[in-house]
Amino acid sequence: MQDQKRQIVFPSQILGEIKSHKAGRGTFIEDGKIISERIGILNKNSDYINVIPLKGRYEPVIGDFVIGVVEEALSAGWLVDINAPSPAFLHTEEVPWDVEFGATEKYLNTGDSIMAKVLKIDEAKKMQVTMKDRNLFKINGGDIIEVEPSRVPRIIGKKGSMISLIKKYIRCRIFVGQNGKIWVDAETENIERVIQVIRKIESEAITFGLTNRIEDLLKKDIRNVQQ
Amino acid sequence: MKSDIKLIDDNGKRLDGRGIDELRKIKIEAGVLHRADGSCYLEWGGNKVVVAVYGPREAIPRHTQNSLRAIVNARYNMAAFSVEDRKRPGPDRRSKEISKVISEALEKIILTELYPRASIDVNIEVLDAEAGTRCAGLTAAGVALADAGIPMKDIPVACAAGKIAGVVVLDLGKEEDNLGDADLPIAISPRTGEILLLQMDGHLTLEEFNKAVDLAIKGCYTVSEIQKNAILNKYQSNQGV
Repeated sequence: MQDQKRQIVFPSQILGEIKSHKAGRGTFIEDGKIISERIGILNKNSDYINVIPLKGRYEPVIGDFVIGVVEEALSAGWLVDINAPSPAFLHTEEVPWDVEFGATEKYLNTGDSIMAKVLKIDEAKKMQVTMKDRNLFKINGGDIIEVEPSRVPRIIGKKGSMISLIKKYIRCRIFVGQNGKIWVDAETENIERVIQVIRKIESEAITFGLTNRIEDLLKKDIRNVQQ
Repeated sequence: MKSDIKLIDDNGKRLDGRGIDELRKIKIEAGVLHRADGSCYLEWGGNKVVVAVYGPREAIPRHTQNSLRAIVNARYNMAAFSVEDRKRPGPDRRSKEISKVISEALEKIILTELYPRASIDVNIEVLDAEAGTRCAGLTAAGVALADAGIPMKDIPVACAAGKIAGVVVLDLGKEEDNLGDADLPIAISPRTGEILLLQMDGHLTLEEFNKAVDLAIKGCYTVSEIQKNAILNKYQSNQGV
């Protein structure tokens, strides 16, 4: 966070040469030059040149925790929409219940929301998700809000600092999906407050000193509630 | 076509007072629509165009999917009130052709191989037309795609040249298009100079053709700068604080 201004780059902007750097995320190589492929923030370190996307659809990575909506129940599993370019498959072996063949609709049906982890992605970008991991379950109650997927790291904060900050001031349960869906469960008025804070983080995601400002906001908020 | 109108006056100025190598006024704004993944509003002389980009998302119907790359669906549509006489709504031969050539131009610059079986939908709505709407549409589509965060090799840009009263000129206006001798829209990838789209209506000699291509490409680079400024403007303005 040394340089005060983060450089915004646009597609086709030349960022460097392959002699001095390696092409990282969000870039491609042509004629020995590293070129940005999308609108984003330039991130240059000694080895790599990366472009951190400012906008765009969620791009799944193995191991990501996501929130998905069941699109369809098939005989051997479910198709789950996780905001990616194509739906992900959830096999009956990958759920915490013992599902008989063909009885998938008893457990999950179209429209149900679930927490899941991206299990595998093959060369054809076909995805599988799993619910067999810690704390993953079918979502009942609470609110799901959607944010720009590129803003998710900011909402989680460094090692979850932002989330623990919110939890410290407001009693709630939060699950942040890497795909830009966030589940919030708390008392009705608390849900509203959490959502307000998340919206604030989202709109100011690329500014500096955000954590401190959010803490001030939460402190003020708690005072207002107590009065 | 014969007419009494003098397309170029004695001072070498055109009907709207432009010189032979001047563009009309262009205004571009990125990210104007809330529901679309990316969008752009563009004014080019009397043309007003809105473009909305959706995707990459699952291609529907399924038989259109390509298991190796994403498909690009551009849809060019003119509003009924965009021209002097009411345009009968719905796709016609002209708009189908323009949709096709724009789709193919965009396919060349989008990194489609990153999204197998997906589709990227580009909706181009012409609200007000005054010659050169396909160039305006393609230029706006480039900005909207960048705004949608879609990985691409370059921001495409288009511009037309033509021949009026025997002279090769840049960016034809409405009367010039109707009464002129030829119209030559070109889209390029400004980083590499590759041609993405080239159409011609009317007659040009080889010499005039080469001159028109050079002139149009020069125009493209000017428009390209406006495009980049529009994109940077939007994202720098909300950096704030």
